[in-house]
Amino acid sequence: MAEFTRGFGGRRRESDPRLPPGQYLTADFPVLSAGPTPRIAESEWSFSIRTESGAVTSWSWSEFLALPAEDVHTDIHCVTRWSKLDTTWRGVSIDTLFAGIDTSYEFAMAHSYGGYTTNVPMADLRGGKAWVAYAFDGKPLDPEHGGPARLLVPHLYFWKSAKWVRGLSMQKHDDPGFWEQNGYNLHGDPWTEERYW
Amino acid sequence: MRTSDWLAARVADAVPDTAHGRRLTLAVPGWPGNAPGQHLDIRLTAPDGYQAERSYSIASSGPGESVEIAVDEIPEGEVSPYLVRVAEPGDALEVKGPLGAYFVWDPADPSPVQLIAGGSGIVPLLAMARARAAMSAGAPFRLLYSVRTAADALYRDEVERLGAAGLDVTWAYTRQAPTGWPGRVGRLDAERIAQATWMPAQHPLTFICGPTSFVEAAADAMVAAGHDAARVKTERFGGS
Ligand SMILES: Cc1cc2nc3c(=O)[nH]c(=O)nc-3n(C[C@H](O)[C@H](O)[C@H](O)COP(=O)(O)OP(=O)(O)OC[C@H]3O[C@@H](n4cnc5c(N)ncnc54)[C@H](O)[C@@H]3O)c2cc1C
Repeated sequence: MAEFTRGFGGRRRESDPRLPPGQYLTADFPVLSAGPTPRIAESEWSFSIRTESGAVTSWSWSEFLALPAEDVHTDIHCVTRWSKLDTTWRGVSIDTLFAGIDTSYEFAMAHSYGGYTTNVPMADLRGGKAWVAYAFDGKPLDPEHGGPARLLVPHLYFWKSAKWVRGLSMQKHDDPGFWEQNGYNLHGDPWTEERYW
Repeated sequence: MRTSDWLAARVADAVPDTAHGRRLTLAVPGWPGNAPGQHLDIRLTAPDGYQAERSYSIASSGPGESVEIAVDEIPEGEVSPYLVRVAEPGDALEVKGPLGAYFVWDPADPSPVQLIAGGSGIVPLLAMARARAAMSAGAPFRLLYSVRTAADALYRDEVERLGAAGLDVTWAYTRQAPTGWPGRVGRLDAERIAQATWMPAQHPLTFICGPTSFVEAAADAMVAAGHDAARVKTERFGGS
C-alpha cells in the first residue's frame, strides 16, 4: 500500500463494479486522438477486409448500411482514465463482416482514414465482441468521435476502437499499430490495466 | 523500453502561478528522465486507501530525478483542486512515467516548430520551448498562446522571457486583453491562427495542446490553411 497523500480525501468515491481500476466516471465524451480530425464524406467512405491471400472484400457506405445491424449497449474505458457507462451504439458485427471471409490468420490491423492503425487479435474481434459502429446515442457518429464509422471493441481500452476506420488487414503476427508503437500496450485490457508498454 | 511501476514521489516545491494554477516540483527517486512533451500519471491515496489517478504533462525535460508540472484547477474536480490548493512540500504521492512517445519534440529535427497552446496546454509546449532555448542553435520556434486574460496565463513571465530571448510569441486573449492591446479579443479564429503561425510552404511541425474544443478548432484551422495533417500533432487534456 502506498503512503497516503496528506490532505487528499477524494471527492468522487465511485464504487460502481463496472468501473475498472484507475478509472473515473464521466458524463462527457472526451476525445483522444493524435492529430486533426479527418472529415470523410459518406460518398467517399468504404470499408474493406484484406486477407493473407491478397483478396479484398469492400463495402461502400450504402452497401454497409444494408448489412444487418445490431444495437450495442456497453461501457467504454479510455486509457486517459475516463469511463462512460451505458453507452448506445449501432453498427455491424465483425462476425457478420467475416461471414464470407477465408482467413487463418489470428491477428488484424485496423486502418483508419488519417493514417492511424491499431492491432487487435481476432479473438478480441469475433464472437459478438466487436462492431463497426456508425451511430452513437441514436444519431450518426460525429467526426470528432470517429464518424462516419469507427471500430467498437468495448472490452479493450478505447484507443483500440479505431476512429474513422476504413478497413482491417489480416496479419500473421500481432504487430503493433500506431498507438502501440507510441507507448500504449499491445493488448489493452482495462481490467488488468494494460495501459502502457 | 518498459514503463515503470508507480514510483513514490514527494512534493518538493509548490508555487502559485495564477489565481487558480500552480507549478509543482516533484522529487521522484528513480525517475528515468523524460523527453520534451511527455506526460506522467499521478496517483493520490486517501487515508482509507481510496485512490485517484490523473495525467499531467511535464514542463521539464532531460535527465534528473526532479520533474516539474503545472496544474490549472478545474472547479469541482477531484485531483486538480488538491494539487493547486492543498499539496505542500513534503507531501507524498506516486507517479508513473514518462508516458507517450508521440507528442514529443526531437531536438535533432531541424523543421520549424509551431506551438499552439490553450490554457494549461502550455505545459508540454513549454518543455519543448525550454529545450530549444537551452540549445545554441536549432529549429526556429513560434508559439501562439491563447488564455482567458493575462492573469490566467500559466508561465506568463517565463514565456515573456523566452520571447525576449528569441522565441516568436503571439498572445491571444479570449475574455479580456491588457490595456492598449491592439488585437482582437475572443476565441481564436482561422484568420488569427493563420497570421500567427508558419506558412504551410515552410512545412512546420505543429504541436497543439489544451482543452479538447480548443485543440479541435486549432487543428481544423491548420488543416484548412493547407498544413499537412500528418504534421499536426495534438494532445487533448479533456473537457468539451
Ligand atoms: C495527457 C494529458 C496531459 C494533461 N496535462 C495536464 C496539465 O499539464 N495541466 C493540467 O492542469 N491538466 C492536465 N491534464 C488534465 C488532467 O489530467 C485532469 O483531467 C484535470 O486536472 C482535471 O482533473 P480533476 O480530477 O480535477 O477533475 P475531474 O474530477 O476529473 O473532472 C471534473 C470535471 O471537469 C471536466 N474536465 C476534466 N478535464 C478538463 C479540462 N482539461 N478542461 C475542462 N474540463 C475538464 C471533467 O470532464 C469533469 O466533468 C492532462 C490530461 C491528459 C489526458
